[in-house]
Amino acid sequence: MTDFSRLGVAAIRDGVANGEFKAVEVAEALNARVAAAKALNAFIVETPEKAIEAAQAVDTDRAAGKPLGKMAGVPIGMKDLFCTEGVQTTAASHILEGFVPTYESTVSANLWKAGAGMLGKLNLDQFAMGSSNETSYFGNVISPWRRNDGGNAPLAPGGSSGGSSSAIAARLCPAATGTDTGGSIRQPAAFVGISGIKPTYGRCSRWGVVAFASSLDQAGPMARDVRDCAIMLEAMAGFDPKDSTSLDLPVPAWEAGLNSDLKGKRIGIPKEYRLDGIDEDIAKMWDNGIAWLKDAGAEIVDISLPHTKYALPAYYIIAPAEASSNLARYDGVRFGLRDLPEGAGLQDMYAATRAAGFGEEVRRRIMIGTYVLSAGFYDAYYTQAQKVRTLIARDFENAWASCDLILAPTAPSAAFGLGEKTSDPLSMYLNDVFAVPASLAGLPAMSVPGGLDKQGLPLGLQIIGKALDEQAVLNAGLAIEQRSGFTAEAGEWW
Amino acid sequence: MSVDKDTVNKIARLSRIAISDAEADKMVGELNGILAWVEQLAEVDCTGVEPMTAVIPNKLRLRDDVVTDGDVRDKVLANAPAKEGSFFGVPKVIE
Repeated sequence: MTDFSRLGVAAIRDGVANGEFKAVEVAEALNARVAAAKALNAFIVETPEKAIEAAQAVDTDRAAGKPLGKMAGVPIGMKDLFCTEGVQTTAASHILEGFVPTYESTVSANLWKAGAGMLGKLNLDQFAMGSSNETSYFGNVISPWRRNDGGNAPLAPGGSSGGSSSAIAARLCPAATGTDTGGSIRQPAAFVGISGIKPTYGRCSRWGVVAFASSLDQAGPMARDVRDCAIMLEAMAGFDPKDSTSLDLPVPAWEAGLNSDLKGKRIGIPKEYRLDGIDEDIAKMWDNGIAWLKDAGAEIVDISLPHTKYALPAYYIIAPAEASSNLARYDGVRFGLRDLPEGAGLQDMYAATRAAGFGEEVRRRIMIGTYVLSAGFYDAYYTQAQKVRTLIARDFENAWASCDLILAPTAPSAAFGLGEKTSDPLSMYLNDVFAVPASLAGLPAMSVPGGLDKQGLPLGLQIIGKALDEQAVLNAGLAIEQRSGFTAEAGEWW
Repeated sequence: MSVDKDTVNKIARLSRIAISDAEADKMVGELNGILAWVEQLAEVDCTGVEPMTAVIPNKLRLRDDVVTDGDVRDKVLANAPAKEGSFFGVPKVIE
């Protein structure tokens, strides 16, 4: 009997289409795996009935000879940042606990239209603010990975899409949605040895996605291989008149366009990413990645992205500024939590509701954002950060004169232990050092597994491409995947 | 630039977030740590550089000038913590 947890998106889609098995069998098998993996805390809400319902519809369509969608019969996890009609959507916050949207986000609607089914809503860092999934109101997500030292220290699955990464690595689902504001798809993918792509800003509609920092937020797929990412991205992307920054462009046939022959491609290696004191295993993995891309026919060139060191501080002005504005909507009036102390007026109700409803990291970011946007400080902080952002985007523009893609590590370390970085917000922010520049420039960027470190933990290689050139990013990812021989997986301890 | 406890309390007020005295004390150190770190941006020469407005060139679209309220009043009200009839309920406001 087929072990459906071992099948990826393409294998499930093809097996259902060819009649090798029924979509309902897959949904039942994965529903059972989700239900048995509570120790990972990857899901906030499980929706087995949704998965079955979607699968039955696919099986019925197939029996009737109707054409099947790109994701037909594939059960997936949905990050709980996407509004799902009739199913609680919380952004992992207390302030949205019990919020049941009366509408469906465009990206999730696109996936259901393509024949995917929902296994449940995945845990995340609260309002996607975090790099370790330790800011969720619904508890930490645990990575299925453990260090090879015999200890059982629980490790971070990365963040903010930590429920997504943990669930995929534990084979609870073949794929899941993620969102990436400053690395929230790529860093968790790297931490658990899977793949994930953040497309060009504007490819996937933001409509119905709980907003964090609107000029940076971008949805993308996470899965166990590059082909599966390509398939799912095709199903997610597309023009949406309801999002004013949605790109009015056709969705390329990324899966059909996959080609790991990189002859004629120039790969830039940015010297500024080779930080002093870079982890030895990370440096070695990066060198391996260079060798693999060379082997695939690419030419390697040294490049410079001179403003790299300013990306992270610029991000930590711009993202909180936008968050402070976006999160102003949580006021205890229209939806979500209301905390109305006895005899309180409207202003007191706002303040009490927001104090009770937002977690510590969210409150911290709202306050930083409020400060940098306040009268007297706006130009020194916010305007300066947006100017630096222009320079960072210009660095990439200049780099494209001598290369077509950029290869770098995804994160400066392997997964760290839960609680290891929570006492110092800055040390947590620094984990996004390699991921944030591409976010600030709106560029497509992907993480693929690059190997294991000395502790036996996965490391990720990041490929950054030109705007709208997801195909080249996916192709380079495929070239690495075919050469890295990465087959390691977490032992099933849960 | 650094913030003191009064400033933290003022930011909290502007953010409409109630904070306790102890929280304000803790926040002074945290915010100053973060602000001291982001201040390195001041060393970047941005003479003649325009602030970023859109990462990907995109034409702002105009929609047709028609009413689009959607006729979804009940859906809009469905998640209200306190509704009264077809309105959002809030505490009495007397200025």
